[in-house]
Amino acid sequence: MTPEARAFPERAPIGWDGMTLKQMLDHSDQVFAETGRYHGLDGLELKKNDPIRYERMYSRMRGGVVTARENAAKIAASPLVEEMGEVCFTLYTPEGDSIALSTGIIVHVHTMSDAIKHIVRNDYEVNPGIEDGDIFVNNDPQISNVHNADVQTMVPVFWEGELVAWAAGVTHEVDVGARTPGSSSVGPISRLEDGIDIPAMKCGSNDTLFRDYVDRCRRAVRTPLYWSLDEKTRIAGCHMLRDVVLELIESEGIETYKRFIREVIEEGRQSFLERMREQLVPGVYRAPVFIDYQLAAEPSLPRHAARDGVLHSPMEVTIRPSGKLEISLDGANSWGFHSFNCTPTALQGAMWAVLAETVMSSDKVNDGAYFASSLYLPFGSWTNPGHPMTSHSDSWYILVPAFAALPRALSRGYHARGYVEEVIAGWGDGNYLQGGSPDPFGDQAAISNMETSCVGAGAGIIQDGLDYASSSWFPTGDMGDVEDWERMEPLLYVARRVKPQTCGFGRRRGGMGFESLRMVWVDEYELQNIGDGTMFAQSGLFGGYPAASGYRHNIRNTNLPQLFAERRPYPTGEPDTADSELSQLVDGEPTRDLRGTTMIEAYSRYDLYLSMIRGGPGLGDPLERQLEDVQRDLDEGLILRRFAEAVYAVSLREGDDRLEVDAGESEAARDRARRSRAERAVPVSEWIEAERRDRILPQRLVGPVREMYRSSMELSPRWARHFRSFWGLEDDFEFTEDER
Amino acid sequence: MSYDRATLERLLDGGLGPAEVHRIMSQFKDPDRFEKMPAIHEDRVEWGDRILLPLGEALYIVETPERERIVRCRCGHDFGDYRRNWKLEALVNVRNTQEAIDELYPPLMGCDPEWMELREFYCPSCLRQLEVEAVPPAYPIVFDFEPDLEALYRDWLGRPLGSS
Repeated sequence: MTPEARAFPERAPIGWDGMTLKQMLDHSDQVFAETGRYHGLDGLELKKNDPIRYERMYSRMRGGVVTARENAAKIAASPLVEEMGEVCFTLYTPEGDSIALSTGIIVHVHTMSDAIKHIVRNDYEVNPGIEDGDIFVNNDPQISNVHNADVQTMVPVFWEGELVAWAAGVTHEVDVGARTPGSSSVGPISRLEDGIDIPAMKCGSNDTLFRDYVDRCRRAVRTPLYWSLDEKTRIAGCHMLRDVVLELIESEGIETYKRFIREVIEEGRQSFLERMREQLVPGVYRAPVFIDYQLAAEPSLPRHAARDGVLHSPMEVTIRPSGKLEISLDGANSWGFHSFNCTPTALQGAMWAVLAETVMSSDKVNDGAYFASSLYLPFGSWTNPGHPMTSHSDSWYILVPAFAALPRALSRGYHARGYVEEVIAGWGDGNYLQGGSPDPFGDQAAISNMETSCVGAGAGIIQDGLDYASSSWFPTGDMGDVEDWERMEPLLYVARRVKPQTCGFGRRRGGMGFESLRMVWVDEYELQNIGDGTMFAQSGLFGGYPAASGYRHNIRNTNLPQLFAERRPYPTGEPDTADSELSQLVDGEPTRDLRGTTMIEAYSRYDLYLSMIRGGPGLGDPLERQLEDVQRDLDEGLILRRFAEAVYAVSLREGDDRLEVDAGESEAARDRARRSRAERAVPVSEWIEAERRDRILPQRLVGPVREMYRSSMELSPRWARHFRSFWGLEDDFEFTEDER
Repeated sequence: MSYDRATLERLLDGGLGPAEVHRIMSQFKDPDRFEKMPAIHEDRVEWGDRILLPLGEALYIVETPERERIVRCRCGHDFGDYRRNWKLEALVNVRNTQEAIDELYPPLMGCDPEWMELREFYCPSCLRQLEVEAVPPAYPIVFDFEPDLEALYRDWLGRPLGSS
């Protein structure tokens, strides 16, 4: 007898029909591979024979997960969970396939699925054992997560000795004890710095957490109170879900329940394929995305990590005649010594979440869609590092823009089929305000502001983009009350206001972003900016422009005490960067540049920090924007006069109390603007030849961009062929390595 | 589920109120939309060829009398076979200087042209801005959308593609 066998004596399998869970998962995988249908179901008999009962069962489940989220979230103290709702609950089959989910951060419906499958595949049933009342927890990205700050709790549900479901919940933590404070720490360059790591482990039994686990966590994070109450939130929600399942089985019978959960997922799969065929167009869609990071000048980073770079997300979406959706990121460049690497499960979760908001318009939103889609992630790239030591603490940095592009790609299909109401040009993102410092008592503090849950949405065909109301990764997002953030963060809100010019322009403009001007209200604090700077995160659609990119404008050692004492005007933001209210009204030491992302930096009382939340991309030729829409933008202060004139080519005159668009003059101005395009444009063929000669062959590119190409071409022979073929280059053309 | 032409025209033009749009988005999709929407587009252009697929706000794949399937601008300008990227036949204005970026974005709120450029693709005839790419310099022009027309018509719509 092996030591393990002595430690964990043989027990009856807890799967169905005498199988272990691992055997159930292997069987499920095998049957799907053979038949292409979930558990090989020929038809949806339960749904067909008793549709009312079937839908009632689903409603009880769906109602149960939503109710669990709404109630359990009240246990938490963290504004991220309690107010903004960064929590999600899901029910899974014994194999780990999602059946029904709540609202919230639904990206984790799939990451928790993979965590359960990790538990099943690694035979936790034997060691450490899976029993009624057990509690499991995971936050390890390389097992199944986006980043360590998303903590997953999983509770097995038993009925007469068989495991019949997993109840799972996830919350987004304010802090996980990473190298620098905050939930999406930018600073870690290996997993050792990503914060507390809990690699899918049993953390409790008999509905009670193990003391050693509780103590370990309490000692490992900067905000143990939030952590502890978030954990209780997750456990309470899971136990509510367990009751839902048990009551359902009691009233409907175990055999009906078992059939039901198979059918619901198969229906989700079939429904997904039907929605694709019903609403989209087979073919290939492309939506590449890029995001910059500028860390070369950071003195706290070692030389191999102090680099500027670009993350390349060459998204290619293929919809097969069957309706199957395939997404490829072939051509993505290498992983790096930074905090932005992603795991395959994170990308699968992001794909699933965006699909849930778009084509998965059936009420059976579950892992059925996962079984109807696929994702190719090149090994060695930031999408699939394949290295055990990579950092993932801010995977969202690229994950958000990369998958905000998916709706833009699919919108071409929606538009083609005539479903113009579904068209959306993408989403904005950032800035993420993070930081922390010891408080006067020596306790570590951390903040992780999530106003960026409410960015501007992309423009549509039928209307402008939604202003500062939600985000691609969190459809029910909330920017949080100013008072709540102030309660948690030692930074007062000087102002929170809509920021002009943040939207992408077009016939339809993108949704507006906003800005929060924060004043540090402790003697010492460390903060960082996290967002794009030198690059637009998204293209527009059908002739619309990208939304504005981000920048940094913070001021240290301000004269605000003097301004307040003398009751002089103080700034409330920066509506026009060319005529900066912030610069004009405050004296101090400004940092004002395109470095949208930095490491944490020291701030003092009365220092100012500007947090700019991005807008959404635009759609359509701006010269076709209705004049009354331009007038409304002017009236509401969303666009500055000179850009209304330059981008929309309108003629303005001073009215009694406002600028007025002159309709007659504007038509002539637009004609002139349209004709001027011919003067500055060239045929594409001429431009390609000149670009090849003057830029490509001499490799006249800034270092981070050249390195991006070199890396993408090295990792993907296919993408390298595409690049060389487009520019008419020799087969051996390659970019030289960045000398840094 | 089906909507009359007047409703669809108002939808397309942004003339429906939020409640009505919400109702349409929440309902099951009307399966005859593809019967009706291209017809609305056809009535709004001055040329007579059949629209096989709307490709952009002002771009369509049409079938010519010679049974060629080409990309055509709303103004009537032809870009050639739909299986080849129409952008290669367009005019392009590349904003790759600070001055050109500053025409569209306030200081600090536009890209650094060393890292990223804007490519504005215009129709050579009507000069309409059809697409804008935001990509690093040297990025191959993006072929945004290659529809599989055969599969759409034959397999999904169950009818022949064009007049062939």
